[in-house]
Amino acid sequence: MKNHFISKLLLTFTALGILTGCGNSNDSASNKLYVYNWGEYIDEEVIEQFEEETGIDVIYDMFETNEIMYAKLAQDPSAYDVICPSDYMIQKLIENDMLKELNFANIPNSVNIGEQYFEQSRDFDPENKYSVPYCWGTVGILYNKTMVDDVVDSWDILWNPKYNGQILMQDSVRDALMVSLIRNGYSLNTTNPDEIAVATKDLIDQKPLVQAYVVDQVRDKMIGEEAALGVIFSGEAIYTARENPDLVYVVPKEGTNVWIDSWVITKESKHTENAEKWIDFMCRPDIALKNFEYITYSTPNVAAQELIEDEEIKNSKVAFPDLSAFPTESYKYLGESGDRLYNDAWMEVKSADY
Amino acid sequence: MKLFKSRKTSALMSSPYIAWATIFIIIPLCMVIYYGITDSNGQLTFDNITTIAKPGYLKALIRSVELALISTLVCFILAYPLGMILAGMKLKNNSYIVTLFILPMWMNFLLRTLTWMTLLEGKGVINTILDFFHLPTMKIINTPGAIVLGMVYNFLPFMILPIYNSLNSIDENVINAAKDLGADNLQTFLRITLPLSLPGILSGITMVFIPALTTFAISTMLGGSKILLIGNIIEQEFTQLYDWNLGSGLSIVLMLFILLNMIIESVSSKKGDR
Repeated sequence: MKNHFISKLLLTFTALGILTGCGNSNDSASNKLYVYNWGEYIDEEVIEQFEEETGIDVIYDMFETNEIMYAKLAQDPSAYDVICPSDYMIQKLIENDMLKELNFANIPNSVNIGEQYFEQSRDFDPENKYSVPYCWGTVGILYNKTMVDDVVDSWDILWNPKYNGQILMQDSVRDALMVSLIRNGYSLNTTNPDEIAVATKDLIDQKPLVQAYVVDQVRDKMIGEEAALGVIFSGEAIYTARENPDLVYVVPKEGTNVWIDSWVITKESKHTENAEKWIDFMCRPDIALKNFEYITYSTPNVAAQELIEDEEIKNSKVAFPDLSAFPTESYKYLGESGDRLYNDAWMEVKSADY
Repeated sequence: MKLFKSRKTSALMSSPYIAWATIFIIIPLCMVIYYGITDSNGQLTFDNITTIAKPGYLKALIRSVELALISTLVCFILAYPLGMILAGMKLKNNSYIVTLFILPMWMNFLLRTLTWMTLLEGKGVINTILDFFHLPTMKIINTPGAIVLGMVYNFLPFMILPIYNSLNSIDENVINAAKDLGADNLQTFLRITLPLSLPGILSGITMVFIPALTTFAISTMLGGSKILLIGNIIEQEFTQLYDWNLGSGLSIVLMLFILLNMIIESVSSKKGDR
């Protein structure tokens, strides 16, 4: 009797195995591309256009923070072909041998990307072998000028008790700690436990003033006048000002993080050719322009910058800031011990009293 | 029913269920336990489980238990009288009552919680209405109160339905007999109705307490990520920090709490049977 049951069970397992096995083999044979990008980080029409022009079936997924992206990829390295992480995360992926070297011969449009952005990329991709820049920008404070009557030029304003319950902070470990580290005059890549402890304590002190820790929602909450001040990426500045003219974006005088998000291909990618086609497509000036107009994040695509018709945006200091105007620094991957330090600090902030 | 008489056929019939339970319940459970008691190198360790005693983690656990208990209590206080009213209505066809409570569940739970977010926000629907009538606006979003509200709203049907069912199945004659023998209303309630509805109450408590204890979506959305519950920490370990070992270790701690709840339930329902 028992044997009978076990054989049934085994049969079920084998059947499942065959089924999933079939699924996989079909998958690699078909013309597909698995893309993993930030939320609201592309003009969806561009995806359709890519599918029409190339006949490739795009499966498009989105992530909210670099850390979520990493956890997903570490769990299943072949889940995606082409992804768009930020600088320090690309460094981590390179160091953990999770990326494939790009064949730039298949990405001819990459010449449209400004040389200075490849130069900047050497911080995390020393030989420019793995990544093609997609967007770049700064992190700053977005404030509503009808709700804030102080001069906003310093991160200090986020600690001003006057704005109790009116402040939105970023719900991601590096961005949240960056604000506090820079405000104290430390490097945003510090691994000195004392400096991190000071920054952490400041964030805990700030917590009662904070309305919420959010990521993408900063944009909608600021437009809806739900809060007076919010930490936000420069790319949202043009969009939010368009939706609510009272919103102003400022980079504090203490300085900020300058970041680049770039396309990379995963080591285990099963559709490398398609992934290269995707990156090349993203580098086409007309496509880069379309994306820029939709997501309003600064494009490193010089040819696309030239195509911008609106003179005001073309010369906008927000979209294309003069990086010598304030101190800047890029995130670096800090190794596993560094990650642990930051994660523990962030955990301490998040579990503190509200 | 002859079909099921033979043990061979009954084993055959139950095999899909057993396979299902093995693949989706037993194997994942074993994996959680395996990850929970090993470190990233596969060495045996209890550090993941004892991490719960660290201040931040312990605080989150206590906070979760507190909020879950409050939500369960509020659900019970709301559900019991309602169950009595519904049972007292003596409806011929009670299926539409059930439908009434299940109806909101046709919409996704995350969407319903998201709706509460827009309702409760500083410039949300409720405050706009209050403001229109020049009434003082309320600040409830991103507070523990908002989380309790979200839990009560989402889990109330799980309390009402079992209580209603157990009240509805009480034989009218038992109550009449009590009254015949001179019991007043309060005595009848305390000594007849309440003990007989105890199984419903207990299963209601379990069905509210467990999801309330483990939730992370409600606290993220209605707490603005400011109020960290143990569910949020476990979620973070898996999705953000990629530390499956710690996440599993903490899950085991949470499972112990759930187990405790179930032991209490089975002990008290046995007492109720006697």
